Amino acid sequence: MSDQGPNNSKIVKRLLLTVAGMFAFGFALVPLYDVFCEVTGFNGRTNNEPAAVSQHEVDKSRTVRVQFITRNAQGIPWKFEPEINEVRVHPGEVRVVNFLASNPTRDDMVAQAIPSIAPAEASLYLNKVECFCFNQQPLAAGNDAEMPMQFYIDPEIPDHITTFTLSYTLYDMTAKATPESLALLESTE
Amino acid sequence: MSTVVDDHNHEAHHDHKPSGITRWLFTTNHKDIGSMYLWFSLIMFFVGGAMAMVIRAELFQPGLQLVEPQFFNQMTTVHGLVMIFGAVMPAFTGLANWMVPMMIGAPDMALPRMNNWSFWILPFAFVILLSSLFMEGGGPDFGWTFYAPLSTTYSNDSTALFVFAVHIMGISSIMGAINVIVTIINMRAPGMTYMKMPLFVWTWLITAFLLIAVMPVLAGAVTMVLTDKYFGTSFFDAAGGGDPVMFQHIFWFFGHPEVYIMILPSFGIISAIIPTFSRKKLFGYSSMVYATGSIAILSFLVWAHHMFTTGMPVFAELFFMYFTMLIAVPTGVKVFNWVATMWRGAITFEVPMLFALAFVILFTIGGFSGVMLAMTPVDFQYHDTYFVVAHFHYVLVTGAIFSIMAASYYWLPKWTGHMYDTTLARLHFWTSLISVNLLFFPMHFAGLAGMPRRIPDYAVQFADINQITSIGGFAFGLSQLLFLWVVIKCARGGEKAAAKPWEGAEGLEWTVPSPAPYHTFETPPKVE
Repeated sequence: MSDQGPNNSKIVKRLLLTVAGMFAFGFALVPLYDVFCEVTGFNGRTNNEPAAVSQHEVDKSRTVRVQFITRNAQGIPWKFEPEINEVRVHPGEVRVVNFLASNPTRDDMVAQAIPSIAPAEASLYLNKVECFCFNQQPLAAGNDAEMPMQFYIDPEIPDHITTFTLSYTLYDMTAKATPESLALLESTE
Repeated sequence: MSTVVDDHNHEAHHDHKPSGITRWLFTTNHKDIGSMYLWFSLIMFFVGGAMAMVIRAELFQPGLQLVEPQFFNQMTTVHGLVMIFGAVMPAFTGLANWMVPMMIGAPDMALPRMNNWSFWILPFAFVILLSSLFMEGGGPDFGWTFYAPLSTTYSNDSTALFVFAVHIMGISSIMGAINVIVTIINMRAPGMTYMKMPLFVWTWLITAFLLIAVMPVLAGAVTMVLTDKYFGTSFFDAAGGGDPVMFQHIFWFFGHPEVYIMILPSFGIISAIIPTFSRKKLFGYSSMVYATGSIAILSFLVWAHHMFTTGMPVFAELFFMYFTMLIAVPTGVKVFNWVATMWRGAITFEVPMLFALAFVILFTIGGFSGVMLAMTPVDFQYHDTYFVVAHFHYVLVTGAIFSIMAASYYWLPKWTGHMYDTTLARLHFWTSLISVNLLFFPMHFAGLAGMPRRIPDYAVQFADINQITSIGGFAFGLSQLLFLWVVIKCARGGEKAAAKPWEGAEGLEWTVPSPAPYHTFETPPKVE
């Protein structure tokens, strides 16, 4: 058995490499998960970059109901709601829906809205041309704002999706505000 | 090595070891380290058990009587962590340390100094974890699964201690696993081919690979929790672009193989005990090996069955449902093989066999409730209820823990050189068997009726079920004191045990005297 010394260290090295590899894999799951969600629509995320303006024919033969709901995360007392709770759109048709926000506090605040779609599959066919959720939204104390969201539905949307819900959760990002948001706040004062 | 031709009696004269505390601190002997692992695990079993008693005492009646809800949450969390990482896993590592070298005819583990280290960092991990309970704000209270954002946004200040404790436990397990793999690959006696290894060695080899694959992922997950909480990253924070559901994916990618880490060595133990007391060869040895391998591979493809209610697409739910149910096939092969081994065997019911039989029946009940939980539509009803608690306690207590007790009763004569008090041991078995079913069986009904997990209070209609459960819990807890008594009594003395105290036993460990000498197989045995 004395001749097995070097052999031992070879196996140990390989196993330690596996351990390091799996530790790295744990972290690699983070970008992999993002890619996976983007490709499959898993988890109902929407695009967070502006989509190209619709070049599609409007498909008048179909109508899809799009419902909007809003939620405030803990610690943000803003009023935040869509101006309309539900729209019916034809695939390919561009629509704008405004969301209204007001900051009733005495502090300037910065918020970030995070979208989510149910059923998740529909997220592959929702294209936002413009959205307040692409950026942080600064709002000075006592101010309110109308925040537009412009979108169209890809005519490729499968027939079985007749209704989907787009939800926005608003998070307080004052502590993590970007320089752009802070500059915007300065300029409103 | 090649020049030494000694007999076992001569080996017995080599029992030189330092005395006092330094023997244990600096030991590199696999038997010493195995014993320390087993004692540590037993202590942790009682620590975790005491927390279970607090939980059951609070749940004895509806309403809040004894503890604050936040402390109750700390109890459920730390009970889980202590039992998984402190009791079950170290017990298996202890058994591996003791038995694997003796079963494959090796003189010791391949990496004895690392072996010492992998044990001795473990008590520090648990001192860190348990001390956090006494700190301002309390210990971890987010469940042993530490879902974000409970463990990030809403956790208390001691979370860093929890994270470091888990890091240390992980390092300890990984070192233990590396040691087992290298030992099994390199140290087998001449003639001990892979397909001649006892199943306990096989199941541990596969378990060790699972540990190497998933413990680093757990380390990654706790590290992300640490940086999210203290350093402003947003892995799991939706506001910063992260995703709390991703936490569950990463966690269960570790978590599901982890549950097989806690049961595969049990399969090996039961596959040693049932043939011994049935006086027959194990039925379907190679199918057992392949079934273990299949379970290990499948364990990486089923993690999201813990997450059916997170709103996954139907396709994913079906995928994970079918793969989960597929695991019932290799597991069924095992149960079938155990039953076939007993078929027409000359069975006797010594204490290890009693525990092994209880394991086969009760683990199978846990398996059935597992198949029920695997079905996506019904899981929506069962999710986060006491049905889940009943399921995993059947597979972990009457599964893993019962197998560890079976192993203890099977090998105690080899470890101590004494036969234990079989009357007491039988009493321990029967009190445990009755009380454990009184404890966990009614939980199924509480769960089906909708009682949620991890809540210190409940609706009054669950009062009777919980009272029965609590009585079972106290009885099971007290019964384990009998086990402690049996073990201590056996370690201190008793009837001298023969080298092979069980007539039907096979394996190299029975060829050395009882108690096993400090050094065994310095000359490799010949395996036919």
